[in-house]
Amino acid sequence: MSDHATHRPTDASGHHVVPVSLYLAIFGGLMALTAVTIGAAKIDLGPLNVVVALLIAGLKATLVILYFMHVRYSKPQVWIFVGAGFLWLAILLTLTISDYLSRGW
Amino acid sequence: MAEAAAIVAHQFDDPEQQRDSVSLGMWLFLIQEIMFFGGLFLGYTVYRYKFPEAFRIGSNQLDLLLGGVNTVVLIVSSLTMALAVHAAQLGKKKAIVWWLIATIVLGSVFLGIKGVEYGHKFDHHLFPGPHFVFEGPHARQVQLFFSFYFVMTGMHALHMVIGIGILAVLVWMAAIGRFHSAYYAPVEMTGLYWHFVDIVWIFLFPLLYLLGLDR
Amino acid sequence: MASESITEQALPKQHYLNADYGIWSWLLTTDHKRIALLYLMTVTVFFLLGGAFAVMVRLELLTPAGDLVQAETYNKMFTMHGVMMIFFFLIPAIPAVLGNFLIPIMVGARDLAFPRINLLSWYVFIVGGLFAFGAMLAGGVDTGWTFYTPYSSTYANTYVIATALGAFFTGFSSILTGLNFIVTIHKMRAPGLTWFRLPLFVWAHYATSVIQILGTPVIAITIILLAVERLFRIGIFDPALGGDPILFQHLFWFYSHPAVYIMILPSMGVISELITCFARKKIFGYHFIAFSSVAIALLGFLVWGHHMFVSGQSVFAGMIFSVLSMLVAIPSAVKVFNWTATLYKGSISYQAPMLYAMGFIGLFTIGGLTGLFLATLATDVHLHDTYFVVAHFHYIMVGGTIMGYLGGLHFWWPKISGRLYPDTWARFSALVIFVGFNLTFFPQFVLGYLGMPRRYHAYPEEFQVLNVMSSAGASILGIGYLIPLVYLMWSLRYGTPAGPNPWGAKGLEWQTTSPPPTFNFDETPEVTEEAYEYQKDYEKRYGKEQGVG
Repeated sequence: MSDHATHRPTDASGHHVVPVSLYLAIFGGLMALTAVTIGAAKIDLGPLNVVVALLIAGLKATLVILYFMHVRYSKPQVWIFVGAGFLWLAILLTLTISDYLSRGW
Repeated sequence: MAEAAAIVAHQFDDPEQQRDSVSLGMWLFLIQEIMFFGGLFLGYTVYRYKFPEAFRIGSNQLDLLLGGVNTVVLIVSSLTMALAVHAAQLGKKKAIVWWLIATIVLGSVFLGIKGVEYGHKFDHHLFPGPHFVFEGPHARQVQLFFSFYFVMTGMHALHMVIGIGILAVLVWMAAIGRFHSAYYAPVEMTGLYWHFVDIVWIFLFPLLYLLGLDR
Repeated sequence: MASESITEQALPKQHYLNADYGIWSWLLTTDHKRIALLYLMTVTVFFLLGGAFAVMVRLELLTPAGDLVQAETYNKMFTMHGVMMIFFFLIPAIPAVLGNFLIPIMVGARDLAFPRINLLSWYVFIVGGLFAFGAMLAGGVDTGWTFYTPYSSTYANTYVIATALGAFFTGFSSILTGLNFIVTIHKMRAPGLTWFRLPLFVWAHYATSVIQILGTPVIAITIILLAVERLFRIGIFDPALGGDPILFQHLFWFYSHPAVYIMILPSMGVISELITCFARKKIFGYHFIAFSSVAIALLGFLVWGHHMFVSGQSVFAGMIFSVLSMLVAIPSAVKVFNWTATLYKGSISYQAPMLYAMGFIGLFTIGGLTGLFLATLATDVHLHDTYFVVAHFHYIMVGGTIMGYLGGLHFWWPKISGRLYPDTWARFSALVIFVGFNLTFFPQFVLGYLGMPRRYHAYPEEFQVLNVMSSAGASILGIGYLIPLVYLMWSLRYGTPAGPNPWGAKGLEWQTTSPPPTFNFDETPEVTEEAYEYQKDYEKRYGKEQGVG
């Protein structure tokens, strides 16, 4: 079923239907990134190891959020709420770690 | 063409308001889940910063193969969950049922493998508490690593168990034809929950399993 | 036009209280109004329990020697007082009673977004209450409501896990309530009800709900970690095993500081409603008050370290938290200025709700200003863990939150019950409470300044006079709280029927009957005017523009 105005497929309640091919592509990306993260962990990058690992995990999470969880096709309101959740986690982590990092100052 | 109208609860004016509300409600729940697991990630971060060597040693005791397989299993289950929602959007009743069952099976495989891993840890006296024994250096802090390993993966596993329970209910609802193209919010919302649990593991895996591989 | 008509009002024939009878129509209700009353009864029980523990504390502190109870018992008294009051009364009271009752009506909806989750939240709250009550009967807990480690995790042999689980479940209850409010306010507003036409009570609860969603899960996981540590002795927070007790404090206060804003923001929302109604004047600076609620909710997450200045936290982090704590005072001050400006050239009447509102403004201001002493690193070093802190937070939580709660309860009582209470008795108890409160807690500022530590059951002789004053005040305060119990219950049977709008107030809740029908309105209302348009009544009556502040 198509929405004529935008030519994007929608279901009976008007919500966007993601094509299966896109799901499979995202799945492939997630698999590839998993392989990359394991491979990268075996190379000694010093302090960069954890940065690389977190970046790859962040990328995987982004793919899941945008496509599997349909956030890419959702209203900006949803983007704001999702962003707020991660922002708050960042506040918790950053302010607390700032204590530990500055203990010796 | 929808087979039947969506059932609209009395407090809502129309199906659109109902679906929007349910969706926002689930996102809010997931946001608080981010903060819930976030506390654990904070604790992990602090102690990894304080005891980097002990955390590497602890991580080396984990089974990378089983952890990697589980990561793949969970990502596949996210795919099958997304396909179940897709099927619901298109009103394909049998497909919904089978994709949901596939997700349950994969989730159960994950839990089974986790159980095997936990079993190994118990056998090697790596479960924190009075029976913890570790022969290597930094034993006290290695125990700290395992505390976080068990609490974080245990909390994650608990969420998976709950998810599988909800999926089982959905299988039944789908089988009796409750979902169709104009009404599939429960499937979609469960999908959001399931993907979230997947995302938690996407972060847990590198942080717990992928330390200490480079030496 | 004021609706304090002299014609007799009658109760509507059908309303939410007589829609159905029997215990199961209450225990299985999904009507937000009935759930609000379930919560009202529950939080009142916990308030009385928490008050009983306060009585024990103040009795012990009449004399310098620790002669009423043993030290360990005293520790249990103040711990249980704090736990019951904070987790089981202050955090739920206004949102779960007044918020639950009013928010759907104020937005013009038939119910909250998720009525069954609303009922679930009450049952989860009851489960939490049973844990805490059971722990209390079994012997209580003595760690302080703050559960600091490693005492709570390793050394205490009291019922830490049970009590903490009680807090865990009430926390989950508050997450469900907050979730329900946010969705309702976003998605179920009546036609014409834009965000900036909403009552400020709704804005306040929106901000509160944001805090509940973002903050409560952190205390939840903290309690789980504490329980795991106690059960398995794993040393997450125990220095002897490599753990860090300060990590517990970070996790604990990340929630517990925003929690104090969960306690005060709804009360501020009530005050906004009361001031504008009883000054008969449109609130001054609606947008500023609305935004300040959101600002308090957001900034409130950035200041938790001010509870940890002397804990071992780094001085650098202490400085950051100190500066941020100064900032969070600003939106609160904005509210006080705006309420005051609303009063200016208003037509003020002094019914009981207004007495509570004015009491709030004065007492909250004192509480807020004394917070600045504590936010300042240099002075906090001396004031931390003294009675100055105790006085500060009681001025906010009792002088602030409870005054707002009582003011709101009196304001909306006619709507909730359909009946008026005797205003003379209500004003009298408001005054008794005000006097009793100040006599109880002002001496505690002096005691703290003079150096008396908190959580001690014995103290040096020279502090006795102030302690006796404080305990005397507490007895007056207690009497003040008991009087409304009597006349409010009396009014249920003998109070004059109130009619839809006994106060002549603006707001959708006053456009429906008292008590309201089960689905709140006969027809979904349509909103065509801004909030608090009292000046229109003034212009109609006097033929000129109402003085602006």
